[in-house]
Amino acid sequence: MTTLVFQNARLIDPEAQTDAPGSLLVRDGVIESIGSPDEAAPEGADIVDCNGRALAPGLIDWGVKIGEPGERHKESFRSAGRAAAAGGVTTMIVRPDTLPPIDTPESLEFVTRRGADAPVNIRHMAALTKNRDGREMVEIGFLTDAGAVAFTDGVRPVQDAKLLSRCMTYARGLDALIVGHPQDASLSKGAAATSGKFASLYGIPAVSPMAEVMGLDRDLALVEMTGARWHADQITTEAALPALRRARDKGLNVTAGISIHHLTLNEFDVGDYRTFFRFTPPLRPEDDRIAMVQAVADGLIDVIASFHTPQDEESKRLPFEAAAPGAVGLQTLLPAALRLYHQGGLTLPQLWRAMSLNPAKRLGLPAGRLSKGAPADLILFDPDAPFVLDRFTLLSKSKNTPFDGARMEGRVTGTWVAGQRVFGGEA
Amino acid sequence: MSFRARHLLGIDHLAPSEIVTLLDLAEEYVALNRRTVKHSDVLEGLTQINMFFENSTRTQSSFELAGKRLGADVMNMSMQNSSVKKGETLIDTALTLNAMQPDLLVVRHPNSGAVNLLAEKVKCAVINAGDGRHEHPTQALLDALTIRRAKGRLQRLTVAICGDIAHSRVARSNLILLGKMENRIRLIGPRTLMPSGVADFGCEIYEDMREGLKGADVVMMLRLQRERMDGGFIPSEREYFHRWGLDAEKLALAAPDAIVMHPGPMNRGVEIDGTIADDINRSVIQDQVEMGVAVRMAALDLLARNLRADRGRAAAGGVMV
Repeated sequence: MTTLVFQNARLIDPEAQTDAPGSLLVRDGVIESIGSPDEAAPEGADIVDCNGRALAPGLIDWGVKIGEPGERHKESFRSAGRAAAAGGVTTMIVRPDTLPPIDTPESLEFVTRRGADAPVNIRHMAALTKNRDGREMVEIGFLTDAGAVAFTDGVRPVQDAKLLSRCMTYARGLDALIVGHPQDASLSKGAAATSGKFASLYGIPAVSPMAEVMGLDRDLALVEMTGARWHADQITTEAALPALRRARDKGLNVTAGISIHHLTLNEFDVGDYRTFFRFTPPLRPEDDRIAMVQAVADGLIDVIASFHTPQDEESKRLPFEAAAPGAVGLQTLLPAALRLYHQGGLTLPQLWRAMSLNPAKRLGLPAGRLSKGAPADLILFDPDAPFVLDRFTLLSKSKNTPFDGARMEGRVTGTWVAGQRVFGGEA
Repeated sequence: MSFRARHLLGIDHLAPSEIVTLLDLAEEYVALNRRTVKHSDVLEGLTQINMFFENSTRTQSSFELAGKRLGADVMNMSMQNSSVKKGETLIDTALTLNAMQPDLLVVRHPNSGAVNLLAEKVKCAVINAGDGRHEHPTQALLDALTIRRAKGRLQRLTVAICGDIAHSRVARSNLILLGKMENRIRLIGPRTLMPSGVADFGCEIYEDMREGLKGADVVMMLRLQRERMDGGFIPSEREYFHRWGLDAEKLALAAPDAIVMHPGPMNRGVEIDGTIADDINRSVIQDQVEMGVAVRMAALDLLARNLRADRGRAAAGGVMV
């Protein structure tokens, strides 16, 4: 029996939506009780004095890309796991868009085995169609049995509506979750920016945010038709919110996420063709960003994630439209999210609802809570500690972050997974 | 001298005074180019490399002639069938070239921003000869010189730019330059060929060419690329010519002394009627080609002066700026 007590903490509870002083008792890797800040520790317990710093459930980062198999030079389970622990991410929900994709129970077993290298929890998503090419559905049953928590073809939407409807119908029979990427692929083909004055003056091929609305409308119609459990990976434009709200009001089993980059950056950040700011979907105008922060506050957008996408230098040292999209985010998710807290847009419990509680609930994980019986996946952090990010200090193998040189606040000082410390020194 | 730029990557980063300095110098080179002996030695000993990742005959020969008339050693590299095909990245190409110690690098590339990227990696002066749909600064400068010579001024003119605005770097650079010099700009064309966000450009937008041409001092036609004529952007060549092709009837609506411009190469009978293009009283299309050489000579000259000054400072122990 090991017992661990966190004393004198500022507890961030996303379930109760509270942010208050307290202490936390952990026994055998599970949260046992919550008490007053100076609660006496039981005999023989290890004591962590939090010194008033924030103690919260570890982040559950939904949509992490790891280069195994196929691109281990960009990221391995080991390097991503170390970055996650340092960034306060205690569970990575890993994407299947690898080379080759995770579309069979055998390949899922391979990555599950490889994932043991990481010091944090890992859950895998599997592809929705074989080879992610939108023609045949994967073995959703076998893959569910092998541990897949959701099914997605990543940023390649299934274009054949009939096939997608069958995937949804079949998945419903297994109560499996499908993750979609709302985007009309023909409209957004070749685009590297959001259409508008900025993209036009810089001559970057661009797409209207309406491509996202069109993709969402189609997918929601199919969800209504099939009754599937469905999650939109990224909703990034205000124009898509009414459709999402209508789907909720109708009682469809629908949730939605957004990347932290779309909540903290806008299209102008691309500046002079800076390829670290190239994303799929592309960064949006400031009005959209503000609307999306509000949608998170209102609970219409359920999940914030980093969409950690490691790219090597060669994939980024190219003309903007030829450069690979995506950014690493495991270590910047927390300080970037804290920008929203410091700016007053979101409270810490609201942020943690989107970054730990909601993904846990949607994926059926016991973590993401500060309640009795939940696993002690915890992070201790100072939300005000300032620093200037140097991308070469990141633990990911790839260093493609848009926050290089940015002034940020918020440092993780300790990370625990099931009560075991995986990051940070004493106290 | 009021020209401080180290590279000529676009019009966007030039101050109006820099534009005027460049045009004034170009006037001197127009005079030089009309002499029998067209030679100066201001670029004597300097190496100019023309690197074209996209096909070009006119622009490349114009830059070549400009460099040679100023005494530079000019080399042309056609990049479509070279190491790029073997998988070399743009930056490696730039570093390879840099090691050959060129002084002036003229680059055309099909991707917007590619020339900016390249300029960061080399130690010489870089001139953008067209990057994707972004900018084509020497075209806008030669157009400005042509207008100034024909109209006697470069301010308070009504300039109508007609055709494929969306895909045109010539239109981008021109509307930035003409805007900086305080002209009234009208953009005319089908909505499918207008860039997104065009309403925020500070220009007047016309779908109806007849309306848009009314009282214009300058009519600038753009080339319609062959690949846009297949029904994807416009239904057919003949409908395009009917609605947006420049003919005598439409031109009659412009100011009586309006000039007609075209960056070339022209599609006669698609965007412009052949008789208009050949009308020596209206068309300044041949002048544009002549001004092109002079403007490029001026650009090479000014950048070379700044390059020498930079190197002089660096040699004297200062920091290169």
